[in-house]
Amino acid sequence: MIRVLLLCLVCSVCHAQNVNVGSKRFTESYILGEILTQTIQRTGEAAATHQQGLGNTAIVFSALKSGSIDLYPDYTGTIAFELLGFRTAPDLVTLRRALAAHGLGIGIPLGFSNTYALAMSERRARELGITRISDVARHADLRLGVSQEFLNRKDGWPAVSRAYALPQAPRGLDHGLAYEALAAGQVDAIDVYSTDAKIVRYGVRVLEDDRRFFPPYDAVVLYRLDFPTRYPRSWAAMQALTGAISVSRMAGMNAQAEIDGQRFSEVARTFLAAPGADAAKSDPQARSSRSFVSVLFGPDLARLTLEHLALVVASLIPAIVVGIPLGIWAARSRRAAPVIMGLVGVLQTVPALALLAFLITLMGRIGPAPAIVALFFYALLPIVRNTASGIADLPAHLQESARALGLPAYARLRRIELPLASRSILAGIKTSAVIGVGTATIAAFIGAGGFGERIVSGLAVNDTLMLLGGAVPAAVLALAVQWGFDGMERCLVPAGLRLGSRNVLRDSAE
Amino acid sequence: MVTLENVSKTYGQRIALEPVTLEIVSGRTTALIGPSGCGKSTLLRMIVGLVQPDMGCVRIDGEALDSNNVERLRHSIGYVIQDGGLFPHLTAGQNVALLARHLRSSEDRVQQRLRDLAALVSIPSDALTRYPQQLSGGQRQRVGLMRALMMDPPLLLLDEPLGALDPVTRYELQEELKAIFQKLGKTVVIVTHDMGEAAYFADEIIMMREGRIVQRGSLADLTDRPAEPYVVQFMRAQRVPMKDAQT
Repeated sequence: MIRVLLLCLVCSVCHAQNVNVGSKRFTESYILGEILTQTIQRTGEAAATHQQGLGNTAIVFSALKSGSIDLYPDYTGTIAFELLGFRTAPDLVTLRRALAAHGLGIGIPLGFSNTYALAMSERRARELGITRISDVARHADLRLGVSQEFLNRKDGWPAVSRAYALPQAPRGLDHGLAYEALAAGQVDAIDVYSTDAKIVRYGVRVLEDDRRFFPPYDAVVLYRLDFPTRYPRSWAAMQALTGAISVSRMAGMNAQAEIDGQRFSEVARTFLAAPGADAAKSDPQARSSRSFVSVLFGPDLARLTLEHLALVVASLIPAIVVGIPLGIWAARSRRAAPVIMGLVGVLQTVPALALLAFLITLMGRIGPAPAIVALFFYALLPIVRNTASGIADLPAHLQESARALGLPAYARLRRIELPLASRSILAGIKTSAVIGVGTATIAAFIGAGGFGERIVSGLAVNDTLMLLGGAVPAAVLALAVQWGFDGMERCLVPAGLRLGSRNVLRDSAE
Repeated sequence: MVTLENVSKTYGQRIALEPVTLEIVSGRTTALIGPSGCGKSTLLRMIVGLVQPDMGCVRIDGEALDSNNVERLRHSIGYVIQDGGLFPHLTAGQNVALLARHLRSSEDRVQQRLRDLAALVSIPSDALTRYPQQLSGGQRQRVGLMRALMMDPPLLLLDEPLGALDPVTRYELQEELKAIFQKLGKTVVIVTHDMGEAAYFADEIIMMREGRIVQRGSLADLTDRPAEPYVVQFMRAQRVPMKDAQT
């Protein structure tokens, strides 16, 4: 059963002639990834799979370099600053040259930029005749509310106010409340991302950056250099997307997904059917009509449960096989103990996303394999520690009795020490399993499936129901694992160690 | 049978045993006696290889004890500690038969031996199916003795075997133990801090203090010809009537 599951998991990431399109875990990236995937599918040149919601920029970049994905949408600013370490925005030629060193190409500017911008309510902007940021300088009485991050970033408010000689002193405002504050007239202008879904919802006017202050975050496709030659027809079809998506069209599509709850594939299909049309009118009823139960018991529940269990089992079993001998070694050797415990302890402290990014590069693939290795590392510590302490803490008189009998070391281990430490060892395995169920949700960041898929996409599109639809079954599974181990204790811990005080000194045997 | 040649032991700064040379006479019972921390247990545990001497050498039947032969030599030594030292995850019977089964004795012989030993230490055979926690203190001690005797070793070491028992049980077991020792004719070394017990069991008493042997001899030697004032002091500190012990 487990072997079949593993096989399925492994196969799901190693299709032979298949284009893998990646995306990061936020709405816009999902939609663009879906548009690219469907564009390739329509040519019929190759099967295309959308590996959606791959963790953060570092993970998706590792996946691209290792060939786990062939292309994904990103932004010129992100590529220059985060991936290549430029201090100032380079031109496209410089970027192209820097990326070629990694075997990667950059192309197909989609037509919009997703960057910081200032925005006002449409009504107020019309009243005052403001369309550009330089117009703001002429209205010193405008009340500005900007996010704390924007307020304090060197390249945020301090720089923009200097560039445009803005006289206002803005208040810090939580980003989640900014649009509501703008709509209620509590502030006149806020900072936004230029393609925010709420721009459409709240009827907000994005002011033109007429002095080109904000660095360009132009949406582009980042691809492996061999892609155009391997899939020439797909490449040609994708060229048609150049300049095809305006800022307002992108904001509209974000709104369809985030506010109306349309599926990403649906949003992409609507776009490709009529790329020139205006954003489809949103239907706010769509999402609110769903119930939590329908999300929870969605058609993917069985698949996610199996994937989640497979991840936990496939990482836990090797952790037991490796962890128990390591624990025994640590209990036996005063010299090895600090090295072993230090090593598994340090593994535990490596942040999950960093470990995943590292493993993707090392193993050259995304999906379940690196996730299982990461979960294996995290599962080691409780097992090793409980095995070591379970054996080392055995009462001295029992250890001596075993030695005084003349039992050789391996027989003492098998007949005395391991059975006596079984409760502690089992508790360690239980801890690892329960933690594993929780940690396995991060596997979704690298396309390994499990309940994390719902959590990740719920987070990305601000969909609380979807998020809970992943978090609740993960919690239930953790409880089930806990109970399962409690039951297993009855089979695995020797009867003599499970006697309650009630049974002590009974007169008659059973 | 057992010879200790110039053995000594220190733990850090503390001297547990000053250099001691000692021969244990075969076929007789020897008692090691003295106050807590005098080194009597260290000496006993050295014989079974649980404590390695810093210097000197332990010989069993002329063979110097080392890490290569210690497991084999332990098979000819029965070792009993306070409260039996039974493994809580095994039944009494499994505790007794543990080593025999590990050495692949036939199950018939194991069962026969279990019956004989149960009769010897007068324990009902159904008690052998119970776990140590389900036995009384006296029963645990009897099972501990059975385990030590299972391989019929010529040498029996007992470290405060009756220390955890109530006075009545202790009294009964003392009588039974003495009868068993006499019946089996084994070399016995018993550690105790009770002079009455030592005198009751032993042909020879070795009195220790602060890691060295103060005097060795019969009870009469210790009472009539004390080697130093401490011996007198120790004998006086015993509240058990000596007359009892001398019979």
